[in-house]
Amino acid sequence: MEKDRLPGYRGSAREILSKAGASVGDRVAIVLTDGGRVEGTLMPRYELADDRHIVVKLDNGYNIGVRVARIQSIEVIARRTLPTPVRAPPPEIRAKERVVILGTGGTIAARVDYVTGGVTPVFTPEDLYALVPELSDIARIETHLLFNIFSENMTPQHWSRIAEATADAFRQGADGVVIAHGTDTMGYTAAALAFALRKLPGPVVLVGAQRSSDRPSSDAATNLIAAVYTAARAPFAEVVVAMHQTRSDTAIAIHRGTRVRKLHSSRRDAFKSVNAPPLAVFEKGELTLLTQDYRARNSDPPEVDARFEPHVALIKFHPGMPPDILEYLHDRGYRGIILEGTGLGHVNVSWVDTLRRLTKDMLVGMCTQTIWGRVNMRVYSTGRLLLQAGVIGLEDMLAETALVKAMWVLAHTDDLEEAKQLMLTNFAGEISERLIE
Amino acid sequence: MSQQLDYKALGLRVGLEIHQQLATRHKLFCHCPPTLTTRQPTTTIYRRLRLSESELGEIDPAALLEFKKGRIIEYVCEPGTACLVEQDEEPPHPINPEAVHYALVIAHALHARPVDEIHVMRKIVIDGSNTTGFQRTCIVALGGYIRVGDKTIPIQTICLEEEAARKIGERPGVVTYALDRLGIPLIEIATAPVIESPEECLRVALAIGRLLRLTGFVKRGLGTIRQDINISIRGGALTEVKGVQELALLPKVVEFEVHRQLHLIRLAEELQKRGANPEDVRSKLTDVTDCFQDTKCRVLHRAIKRGERVYAICLPKFAGLLGLEPYPGVRLGREIAAYVRVESGIPGILHSDEIRKYGVSDSEVVAVQRALHCSDQDAFIVFTAPDPETAQRAADAIVKRAKQAIQGVPEETRAARPDGTTEYMRPRPGAARMYPETDIPPYPVTDEAWQRATSYSIPTWDEAVEQLIKEFDLNKQLAEQLLDSPYMDVFKAAVRIGAPPRFTASFLTERLVALKKEGVAADQLSNEQLIEILKLLAEGRIPKDGCLALVRYLAEHPSTSVEEAVVKLGLQMLSEEEVRRIVSETITQNRDVIERRGERAVSAFMGMLMRKLRGRVDPRLLRQLVEEEVRRALTQ
Repeated sequence: MEKDRLPGYRGSAREILSKAGASVGDRVAIVLTDGGRVEGTLMPRYELADDRHIVVKLDNGYNIGVRVARIQSIEVIARRTLPTPVRAPPPEIRAKERVVILGTGGTIAARVDYVTGGVTPVFTPEDLYALVPELSDIARIETHLLFNIFSENMTPQHWSRIAEATADAFRQGADGVVIAHGTDTMGYTAAALAFALRKLPGPVVLVGAQRSSDRPSSDAATNLIAAVYTAARAPFAEVVVAMHQTRSDTAIAIHRGTRVRKLHSSRRDAFKSVNAPPLAVFEKGELTLLTQDYRARNSDPPEVDARFEPHVALIKFHPGMPPDILEYLHDRGYRGIILEGTGLGHVNVSWVDTLRRLTKDMLVGMCTQTIWGRVNMRVYSTGRLLLQAGVIGLEDMLAETALVKAMWVLAHTDDLEEAKQLMLTNFAGEISERLIE
Repeated sequence: MSQQLDYKALGLRVGLEIHQQLATRHKLFCHCPPTLTTRQPTTTIYRRLRLSESELGEIDPAALLEFKKGRIIEYVCEPGTACLVEQDEEPPHPINPEAVHYALVIAHALHARPVDEIHVMRKIVIDGSNTTGFQRTCIVALGGYIRVGDKTIPIQTICLEEEAARKIGERPGVVTYALDRLGIPLIEIATAPVIESPEECLRVALAIGRLLRLTGFVKRGLGTIRQDINISIRGGALTEVKGVQELALLPKVVEFEVHRQLHLIRLAEELQKRGANPEDVRSKLTDVTDCFQDTKCRVLHRAIKRGERVYAICLPKFAGLLGLEPYPGVRLGREIAAYVRVESGIPGILHSDEIRKYGVSDSEVVAVQRALHCSDQDAFIVFTAPDPETAQRAADAIVKRAKQAIQGVPEETRAARPDGTTEYMRPRPGAARMYPETDIPPYPVTDEAWQRATSYSIPTWDEAVEQLIKEFDLNKQLAEQLLDSPYMDVFKAAVRIGAPPRFTASFLTERLVALKKEGVAADQLSNEQLIEILKLLAEGRIPKDGCLALVRYLAEHPSTSVEEAVVKLGLQMLSEEEVRRIVSETITQNRDVIERRGERAVSAFMGMLMRKLRGRVDPRLLRQLVEEEVRRALTQ
């Protein structure tokens, strides 16, 4: 399929450009109805903008919009000839460790075309070494692009594919795997991989960027350096997330995949470990473990079990909410519900009857919408009633992690009792016996 | 010393770029107030900016220089004047429509044509002055002109852009910026390069500056308006000079630049005549520390004691050309030193034309020449460095500049200094690295918006002067000075709280200027401080000449409050009771004067008491009280 020569243009703007035979990148001369004249390079149109303007880049580098209604004529003066890029020669790779980087979306590296303003994600090892030269001292990199989607569009099927590809990478000899991922649902994927990768020989590090990687201030490069270093050299064999620890570029936190949540829409340090400290911190070129309690690197072959039951829902309770949403889900065949209750794990007492019925063939687990803290339904009567009604308290597990775990557990058993037991078994650090903060 | 140059014959071309801060309610891309802070910072953030390589694999030379410095950038801020947008922790908010409106008003006043749709661009800047690594900027209008005298000066572009962060410190490896200034809306007006003399440059800048001030919506005060110029002469090179803050400095800067470029052209001619060849300038470093083991040169001796090595480089056929200074500050040696400083951090160099002045002996010079295999026809440069990498960077800088010296004038970006000279800052950036700011949708300039802009009425200069004369009973000269001064807002605020208009106008213009000429840093005082001083005057708590005394004191003791300064200077006006008490005490202690002089004792006492109480009492009140007390004493 031929690439669109007028990307973003529609309606009268597209018409007038097509008639002139112009393509984005061509040098055009526009004569206006009042005698004025604009000359420059034709630019693509922003997708949400109207169809009544065309965009031209002037010789001083600035873009301006010209109203179609004011255009008398457009002439193409010169076609764009794409010069061949001159790339720096690949650096000497001094490191020995092999790291595979799987791409799923989210741009960790990009180049800018200053002519059209286009930002092109780059993903080959040569490009990554060129844009982040520090990597050549850290690992030998291989890259595989699995797919390229916004992480909000991911589904459990994507988690399964990532898990399989990760296991494959280890089987082919990788010392560690890095997964480039959009930040929006990175926490969910991390939890999914923690459960799906039953046996791991080395680290699996998810990494993303809060600031687009085309800009000089992007956190992508520093996060990537930490991620690759961790994958290459960390002593643990766990699924983790590598993102900025603070608003400064100095330290990257390595969070356990089952413990991490995105807690800010835009800040670099959006990701925090909840109810637990991070596993490690990467600072000044070194990785410092914050605990000695981790699964160590080993030479066992990886084992994947990436089945997820998609019919599990996460419901956030609010005052006045009627319980009929639960009936609706039950009738649609949902096998599990994770509730984000209030406080220690409460919902309106009017829900108890509905829950008593539903828990006969559905798994219902309780987390807290306070995000932090442990659920304890034995303290207040509401909680006790909910326990009697068959709801299980999920300790200090993050609600999002509980959702993913429930999807995994329910794909492996039909026995509700076994499911409840599995939910309360600590597989990958998602439950802790002690909370100290 | 400076002969009058024929600028026209030299082909002088100057383009002016005026950057003026707008007094909008909030910043250009967020809702912070557009003001500088006086509060202590509460947040410190450390960042590094990475070089972005373009699609073509090109790297901007100015950006590469910054990146090689490998510096950490330290940003400080407090919550009143910077938010997550300034910290680059939140995407920008939509462009401030008030700022766009003001830009359109100015476009109309300059007869420019607005664009149909405003597109905000990202212009890469990685020296740290923008947290994102780029400046957001957009064109609002094109074309236009301003008449200055009988000449029409074309205006090329009118842009709206965000101000940069404020550099407040630098230490090895770290540069510190305050985020309060980042994001304040700036309007940038760029003229065509048709200005042909230093004096014309001043006139054009004044004309544009005045037009901006007449709108009433620009910020006033130090640092709110900056002038950059682009300057070239025939045979020279296009040089960008940034940051001329004071209008009066513009002609000096232009003159300096012309002399500098002329000198460099002549140097190149001379070098070529001597057969100098860029290929012969080599960056191989020679360690000459041993030549200076017993040197009497303090600079070198101290460096050697610190553990640094001394290096030298030969510049073949350059003898006598490094120290030649046909105009104050115009010297090739100074240029080379600036390149070394910018590219390696080494603060200074010594060269053969002047090295003996620093205590280096003839035998040491000979030793260096021998080590370098160079003759008396050649020049050499000596510097010290803490390690070989830094030394090599310095050597590369010297060689680069020396090669350019053989060819002519290099294209540069230079910084204006307060003394009217300019200094190398960085290489001229490549074609502006700009790409669209996709977080901000295009902003159509509707017919209504343009209509609103064109119906904004800006008074003419004469109308504004008349207005001031009428409203505040000022004379024409004071009114004009006030309109041109950075303290117009201070004047209005002070008069509103009761300060006498004529005195206030004169104080804020003539008196402060006179103080500055004396060397008092009067412009260090904030608008708030000046208003406070005038408030005290309005309330009758200090006398008129107390105002100047306070300015003088506060300029020298910047951390003192105005109240503290009043006490320190003993300026507090005395109450009538206190005066009466002092008068009667004085009279009692000097009864003999009354006995001898009778009624005429009044003038004697006035003399005595004015000397003692000058500035703390209204002379008319004093006279009244002295007369009363003398009369009373006489009748006793």
